[in-house]
Amino acid sequence: MSPYLTMNPLGFPILSTVTFLPLAGALVILFLKPERVIKTAALAATLLTFLLALVLLAHYNPATPLFQFGESWPWIPAYNINYVLGVDGITVMLVLLTALIAPLCVLCSWTAIALRVKEFMVCILLMETAMIGVFCSLDFMLFYVFWEAMLIPMYLLIAIWGGPLKDYASIKFFIYTLFGSVFLLVAIIALYLVNGTFSIPAAMFKNYGFNFQFWVFLAFAIAFAIKVPMFPFHTWLPAAHTEAPTAGSVFLASILLKMGTYGFLRFCLPIVPQASFYFAPFMITLSVIGIIYGGFVCLSQTDMKKLIAYSSVAHMGFVTLGIFTFTLYGLEGAMLQMLNHGITTGALFLMVGIVYERTHSREIYDNAGLGKIAPIYVGFLSLFAVSSFAFPGTNSFVGELYVLIGTFARNRLAGFGAVVGAVLAAAYMLRLLKQIVWGREERPALKDMNLREIIYLVPLGIFVIWVGFFPRPFVEIMEPTLAHLQMQLKNLAP
Amino acid sequence: MTLLPEIFIFIFSITFLFLSLGEKKANLFAVARLLALIGFVITLLCTGAKGELFFGAYRVDFFSQVFKLLIVTGLLFVVFMMERRDDVEDDYLPEYFMLLGFSTLGLMMLVSAVELISIVISLEISSFSLYTIVPLRKNQSRIQMEAAVKYLFFGAIATGIMLYGMGYLYGMAHSTFLVDIMGNLPRFLNQPLGILALSLTLAAFFFKLSLFPFHFWAPDIYEGASNVTTAFIATVPKLAATALLIRLAMLSASVPAELAMLLFVLAALSMTLGNIVGLVQKDLKRLLAYSGIAHAGYLMMGIMPLSRDGGAAAVYYMTVYLFMNLACFYVIILLAQKGENLSVENLTGLARRSPLLAFTLAVAAFSLAGIPPSGGFTGKLFLFVSAFRAGYLGIVLIGAVNAVISMFYYLNLVRMSYSREPAGQGIIQLAFHEKVLCYVFNILILYLGILPFGVLDILRRAV
Repeated sequence: MSPYLTMNPLGFPILSTVTFLPLAGALVILFLKPERVIKTAALAATLLTFLLALVLLAHYNPATPLFQFGESWPWIPAYNINYVLGVDGITVMLVLLTALIAPLCVLCSWTAIALRVKEFMVCILLMETAMIGVFCSLDFMLFYVFWEAMLIPMYLLIAIWGGPLKDYASIKFFIYTLFGSVFLLVAIIALYLVNGTFSIPAAMFKNYGFNFQFWVFLAFAIAFAIKVPMFPFHTWLPAAHTEAPTAGSVFLASILLKMGTYGFLRFCLPIVPQASFYFAPFMITLSVIGIIYGGFVCLSQTDMKKLIAYSSVAHMGFVTLGIFTFTLYGLEGAMLQMLNHGITTGALFLMVGIVYERTHSREIYDNAGLGKIAPIYVGFLSLFAVSSFAFPGTNSFVGELYVLIGTFARNRLAGFGAVVGAVLAAAYMLRLLKQIVWGREERPALKDMNLREIIYLVPLGIFVIWVGFFPRPFVEIMEPTLAHLQMQLKNLAP
Repeated sequence: MTLLPEIFIFIFSITFLFLSLGEKKANLFAVARLLALIGFVITLLCTGAKGELFFGAYRVDFFSQVFKLLIVTGLLFVVFMMERRDDVEDDYLPEYFMLLGFSTLGLMMLVSAVELISIVISLEISSFSLYTIVPLRKNQSRIQMEAAVKYLFFGAIATGIMLYGMGYLYGMAHSTFLVDIMGNLPRFLNQPLGILALSLTLAAFFFKLSLFPFHFWAPDIYEGASNVTTAFIATVPKLAATALLIRLAMLSASVPAELAMLLFVLAALSMTLGNIVGLVQKDLKRLLAYSGIAHAGYLMMGIMPLSRDGGAAAVYYMTVYLFMNLACFYVIILLAQKGENLSVENLTGLARRSPLLAFTLAVAAFSLAGIPPSGGFTGKLFLFVSAFRAGYLGIVLIGAVNAVISMFYYLNLVRMSYSREPAGQGIIQLAFHEKVLCYVFNILILYLGILPFGVLDILRRAV
């Protein structure tokens, strides 16, 4: 057992269980026939995973920045590749987020997906395994396998159940992200040849030469910036988000985009700190450009999904901005924003999915004027829209505030730019809300949300308000890890 | 005992020679399958054999036995993949099996040959059989004839170049034994003559591997030969060529910079050319031919470092390559009911017509492209690591970019079969043994991807 891992206090390998439970569910589903049973089985598998993730959180010890619940087995000894799992304050929250989103994805596809239900549910479950695996793995090769394996089910989700432009969107998504990943692979091999091991913790804070750090950072940054996506690597995102089925959009927005920022936090900062300092001004500039650019593009969208997709570019800009301030507030804000964006944007995509199932249109105008006929729908939409532009009392406000405090402490100009972006966010979200609620006088009747839809939105709503008013419990879990990271960075800062 | 696998494959061929003389041609497939299975078991049992025969010209060791096992596995799969699907001319079926056997025999001898003349003889036994089975295709216009003639001429030229190079080698080393040649070679490698002799000698193996600039034959022959024949030509001879390249690499004491440079350039050109031309291919077999050219380039990454590590990575990659390519061809064979050539359009809606075939094709395509958790990824990882370790960062970067380029056309196969609706064709019914074979391919590809340690350790011991 490596010194970076603490032992697993539970009697069973909980991280492996959480990671591979959805895969086991997928294998079981392969042998089931009736669609109803398949859906129920998928729901059961994802809910069980969520419960296990809660157990994980309950036993998580926030006092230490070490990796917990460690598991370590040799995998390919000839290349010193090991099967190592472990979570710290950053990943325990992301695992929980993934486990929370997955059952919602099953629920939101209950009636929306009528074609090839079995394959769909298998893809969803495979996605979940790969995503949790990415967050849990502490070995570069294991990480990379999960990271790339994620592309296949996501590609299939878009390519089979996607919208009219699914061909274009799915291939662009696959190739674009693969392009980033291959450089990640080269950087991983370079680190392996220097360290002699694929272990991630063993590669951290090693004082590599600057030249080496420079190139490794660039290779990492291409992969992660595409995944985030940072301006100007964002062009795959609107296409993929818009054409994907609702569950696919939710997975993309809530979890996949977090992979990029998680990569910056986990790899760039601790492994190549000097290069991170060197590149920080560029990253901050790109983040601010992304925030403002995303805001302006959103103002001119008529497609609800596209609007939310571009708003993701802006929101993720806040996350990268927070990370590259290297302040504790910035890092905590970034982490909070990752969770907030996962919840809020995921919820907004679910909202679009709900109305799309009824009107079969994503155009704002076609769905306008729902205020009187669908009050519950409009109520939820308002909550999430308000949360999306960081209204005080909602989750994003807390996150953006942390990020802005961190940014102003380091770079005023970037802070002002980000504030402009925040105002733009209010403009486009309120415009959307106004149209949907009051946009049209006459319109045909439309059923309001049913119980199933309310059930899967309520947890997200609770989270929005909880974090908005009382973020402390969430911050406390990740604070020691982030503080530890920040201390290490401070010692190395020029 | 040491020669038992070769002798048995010889018996395999002779059996069909006699069967070809008779009238009754009923149970040829059963006989072939049975004999190939016995051959496989015998080779498996003989993996521990050791010895030197014919005054040291023929070496039987763990390395050669592992390769023989792979070659026989290839033959076994090809024989099981063959169907009565109007692929091969019925009248010549016994001859077809006979020549398939002789070709396998030549390749098995090639991996044990450590002397120039035995290398030439083994290579020619294998090549001549292949020249002859290419035209044995049924119901086609004259493309198979064209392919056969091209294959013969290109092959003869490659052999000629090799013999020319071997002449120089002999002149320098005064011996036809590889050990003596490679021992003497370092003295000559700082002269142009040494480099020239070695690179000319390698030509024939580059030809078998379809490495640039000896790749011209591949697309035409793949297109012209019947589907089963192509499955054989595309995989099994490449195994033997790899074996010989690794033997040469292991024997060379020092790395001559010029030779490494040559391999570097050929590898880079081969993958780039293969993948870029592959992008515009419509015919499935031509597409796989260009993919094969690209993969020959990847393979060179394992040869270039001239290390055990690289050799093991190369063999591992070829093992995966054997299975993923055979899987692709099997889908083609099952899909082409009349043995015709398929274009990418024929895959439309395959997932609806036969989910298992579509899945097999998808696994093979993702593996060819090198996406985890398939064997193609793991193999490529080992190649990248060994090339990077030897300092060839450039080729690793070129290889990485190429993996992305190639993704376009591999993904296109998956896209056609999954995201399009079938246009009128019915559902494809698979027989039980066909399903089993599909599952075997899928499991092997995933097994080599997820649990590579067992096979890898064996291969590292062999190299």
